[in-house]
Amino acid sequence: MTATVETSAPPGTVTSATGTAPAAVRLSGVGKTFAGGAPVLDGIDLTVAPGEFVCLLGASGCGKSTLLNLVADLDAPSSGTVEVPSGRAALMFQESALFPWLTAGENIDLALRLRGLSRRRDRQAETERLLDLVRLRGAYDKRPHQLSGGMRQRVALARALAQDTPVLLMDEPFAALDAITRDVLHEELIRLWEATGLAVLFVTHNVREAVRLGQRVVLLSSRPGRVAQQWEVDIPQPRRIEDKAVADLSVEITDHLRKEISRHGR
Amino acid sequence: MAADTTDTAAGAATGGDTLAHIEAGLDALETSTEPESGRLRQVAASVLPPIVVLALIVAVWQLLYAAKIWPDWKLPGPSEVFSSLKDTFSGGDAWGAVGHSIGHGAVGFGASVALGTPLGILVGRYKAVRSGLGPILSGLQSLPSVAWVPPALMFFGPTPAMLYTVVLLGAVPSIAVGVMSGLDQVPPIYLRVGHNIGARGLASVRHVLLPAALPGYLAGLRQGWAFAWRSLLASEIIVQSASLGHSLGFLLKNSQDANDMSGAFAAIVLILAVGVAVNQLLFAPLERRVLKARGLA
Repeated sequence: MTATVETSAPPGTVTSATGTAPAAVRLSGVGKTFAGGAPVLDGIDLTVAPGEFVCLLGASGCGKSTLLNLVADLDAPSSGTVEVPSGRAALMFQESALFPWLTAGENIDLALRLRGLSRRRDRQAETERLLDLVRLRGAYDKRPHQLSGGMRQRVALARALAQDTPVLLMDEPFAALDAITRDVLHEELIRLWEATGLAVLFVTHNVREAVRLGQRVVLLSSRPGRVAQQWEVDIPQPRRIEDKAVADLSVEITDHLRKEISRHGR
Repeated sequence: MAADTTDTAAGAATGGDTLAHIEAGLDALETSTEPESGRLRQVAASVLPPIVVLALIVAVWQLLYAAKIWPDWKLPGPSEVFSSLKDTFSGGDAWGAVGHSIGHGAVGFGASVALGTPLGILVGRYKAVRSGLGPILSGLQSLPSVAWVPPALMFFGPTPAMLYTVVLLGAVPSIAVGVMSGLDQVPPIYLRVGHNIGARGLASVRHVLLPAALPGYLAGLRQGWAFAWRSLLASEIIVQSASLGHSLGFLLKNSQDANDMSGAFAAIVLILAVGVAVNQLLFAPLERRVLKARGLA
């Protein structure tokens, strides 16, 4: 499981994963340039092992969201290859992006239906199970606007789980939430991750959040986005964002992040 | 590490049960407890203001009439128009005329929806169609549909086909433009989510694009009806024939021919009443329902 994880080596010595190890997501030499612009991503080598929780960290302009779009097959790389052996990856955004014309339950039901679950009874039962899993039993008939931001993200999480993919991509999913709700959702996410064995690729600009959640934190440089450094996070779950170990590693990573950012000021 | 704990969901920092309680507390605190205002109150709030304004208009009208600035036959008083309305109803003309015009309007509007909707989807979805047809549709929208009456009359003669042609030319562009702007306003993130959960091609149109565009579509329909009704009345006023029957336009034109100003006002009141009724009884509740379900109203 940890075969693909680089140790916290000194800067510039990042080695890519061996090609034979099993992977939930594998990016090899991925570059992305939008028409007429400077490259957004350049030479990204990144492997997420099955069941692994990887946090992707970087300042603005590091192409984090572009990278997720590539993995989610919403966009194609300009160079290199993106492999998702399972074929599909579920995706969550900062906004819940629940469809406002459907109830919470119907949003989940639609994902099940598009996944190919054709029998209504099966879908009904599965929707109930998923709502239960994110502890929103009884929210089936609620419209998205009737739910709080944290509840909407939990429904969105349930919808992502409904896709039944072994890979979950998360694009700053908790960035718009208040600190208390975010803290609770961190715990909820780790609980669900441990229960489901999903591989998670979690994009954030919040260093503490990355260390609180990830087994591995990958720091991207900006313009173009490259893998600058990686850290393995040995702190056992359950962690808390207030833990000293979390704080210490966060300081170390933040220093690197600052160095990356200040390169652009010169 | 994940492999070891995959089977055991336990072991969160605050323990599963505590976390559940915290979450339940947060959910309860953050869900709005604002009470819904009473149904009766809502109806009163939407019905009263227009009635007050209407009463004011009639009062000003009565004042002008009483001041005798213009002779009776130029500005009849409210009571004269009212009795003229009563006569039209008791003579049996009114219901027939209203029914006739609404019938023509409904058929013409229905056909406009059937044509305008797919046209709007084509223009909204395909860039090439849009750059070709878009400006023409906008141009047609600004052309007064009454302009189509003379050519339609020459082509079809004084028949229902002529009426429907004018109605279609008036309403189809408006509905198509409504669909188009409805599609334009669909937040791209819905399409990305739809793609991610597996809505591709037609499934994307059916499950994401069309429901997302519904509010804009309804606004387009409402406007399309207004155009259809206007175009219809314009043709009815200009063209009269046995095959077109006694319509509201006929009633109005007849009053003009008889130099009957209160009759003309009575006909206008009827035309207005139908327009307002269709809007308030059909489109407004439909739009309100859709917007309310989405938390937009």
